[in-house]
Amino acid sequence: MLKKWPFILMTLTMVFALAACGSGNNAAPQGDAAKGTEDKAAAELTGNILAVGSTALQPLVEQAGQKFMAVDKYKGIAVQVQGGGSGTGLTQVSGGQADIGNSDVFAKEKLESGADELVDHQVAVVAMSAVANPKVGVTDLKKDQLVQIFTGKITNWKQVGGADQKIVIVNRPSSSGTRATFEKYALGQKTEDLPGSIQEDSSGTVKKLIAETPGAIGYLALSYIDNTVTALKFDGVEANVENVEQGKYPVWAYEHMYTKGEPKEHVKAFLDYILSDEIQKSDVVDLGYIPVSGMQVKRDADGNITK
Amino acid sequence: MEPVEGKAFMEQNKRSQVMKERHYWEEWTGRIYTSVCVVFLVAVIVSIVYFVASKGVATFAMNGVSLSEFFFGTKWSPDGEPASFGALPFITGSFAVTILAALIASPLSLCAALFMTEIVPKSGKRILQPAIELLSGIPSVVYGFVGLTVIVPLLRNVFGGQGIGILAGCLVLSVMILPTITSIMADALSSLPGGLRESSYALGATRWQTIARVIIPTLLPALLTGIILGMARAFGEALAVQMVIGNAPHIPSSLLESASTLTSVITLSMGNTAMGSVHNNALWSMALVLLLMTFIFVLLVRLLERRNRI
Repeated sequence: MLKKWPFILMTLTMVFALAACGSGNNAAPQGDAAKGTEDKAAAELTGNILAVGSTALQPLVEQAGQKFMAVDKYKGIAVQVQGGGSGTGLTQVSGGQADIGNSDVFAKEKLESGADELVDHQVAVVAMSAVANPKVGVTDLKKDQLVQIFTGKITNWKQVGGADQKIVIVNRPSSSGTRATFEKYALGQKTEDLPGSIQEDSSGTVKKLIAETPGAIGYLALSYIDNTVTALKFDGVEANVENVEQGKYPVWAYEHMYTKGEPKEHVKAFLDYILSDEIQKSDVVDLGYIPVSGMQVKRDADGNITK
Repeated sequence: MEPVEGKAFMEQNKRSQVMKERHYWEEWTGRIYTSVCVVFLVAVIVSIVYFVASKGVATFAMNGVSLSEFFFGTKWSPDGEPASFGALPFITGSFAVTILAALIASPLSLCAALFMTEIVPKSGKRILQPAIELLSGIPSVVYGFVGLTVIVPLLRNVFGGQGIGILAGCLVLSVMILPTITSIMADALSSLPGGLRESSYALGATRWQTIARVIIPTLLPALLTGIILGMARAFGEALAVQMVIGNAPHIPSSLLESASTLTSVITLSMGNTAMGSVHNNALWSMALVLLLMTFIFVLLVRLLERRNRI
């Protein structure tokens, strides 16, 4: 009997410890964060920032985070960036697990509830263009031609003035933010997944597939486009930074960094830093995004454009 | 003299006391450490199963998707109007790649295992063992990338079509499950009950007769265990398959047309959907299907083990 004591004791301890972990988790971080901002508000800012979500925005936030932590003034703040996708980012910021939720789409397009509590910080613009395999012999598509291709009504490149080649659609999964943007602003409608279409989520894989598959068409953010694929003009307008900024080229979306309610002071310092010229004029441009400051048009969640 | 002897005795006695105490504590530390690990392990397993099951069941219980739609519906359009959640294309895709991969890999593995244990045990093992261990150490992204760069263009050039699809997926998978099947089969073959092989030779049987009529029939359950564990691995593999299979949510009309598996759809969409939405819950239901399939695979292995013991 005596020899069994340690086992029973340990079992009980473990059960209690696990139970304690479960309930303790939620309370601790919030208390700490609140205390941190109150005490140190006057002096130096300290705290942890967890930014989760969009993989499209991740490189920018990571790079900006590194630079931010190197600034003397902010050395008490630790920025941690995770991917996981826009849905994950929005869910976690809305649930309070993350301080910032990175997203390619407006929160209310993704979340069923809780989108009203989130505050939107638009930090960059990403433009995308339809791209095709270089051998299809087409460099310009009208909007309705694109729609007919992506809805399966046009199935051969010769129907749009190109080579006699079957069209292979390289799409994104229906939940993808990139696909949502492309469908909303280039096609103007949602599309079904066609039999035989290819779906990939990673831009790198999409580019590789379009470059290698005969007759392939897809869409990529401008930063991914190089000479292995052909960027197609949209209604005769070339996808480039100038055309996007002047509002001539419509297929673009904001990159959002959402906070729940107004951001706490140390989070706000980070968001302000990303919006400062130091990041907007160098890192944002280097990484292939378009700075929000250069945009001459604005757009709301319903797609209404204002100058 | 006596006091000295008494002292030595006392010292020895004391030392043995110390040793006894140390043994006691070592015993305790070991017990406590093991108990902690066991409790932790059980808690993790129970919570994983609970988490996946509660999320997976929510699709049917809370979102009102019918079971028959999920398992037999062929239309997957979670964003459509009205949304439909037919997961049959993914289930068939998963089974198709798994079974085909097992069909390709099993004979190869059996030959490799026989080569290592029956034909040239020494030199065969020296060459094949490290090669097979190497295969199991390569990360699946690498397999996926090799598949995308080598296998897909090759299939496209040879058979035409997209090159992407079930055939590419099962080729990549068959290479990935080779080490699992081979090592389990080799273990089984080298544990052949004593005397069987020798008796067969003594009766004048050739090596091939011995392998085909004695060794394989005797060890069949153990060999099948290897195949089933390989299939379980193939069924759950996500990344490599996702890169080469194409992921269109339809049942393909040929092996060279874009298809998808349960795992590939989960990895593609999980991060993009918000927790708690119907789309997200439907993905968890697929995870539940994967979990149940794993249970079935484990069950099969257990049954085979029982048969093997006789």
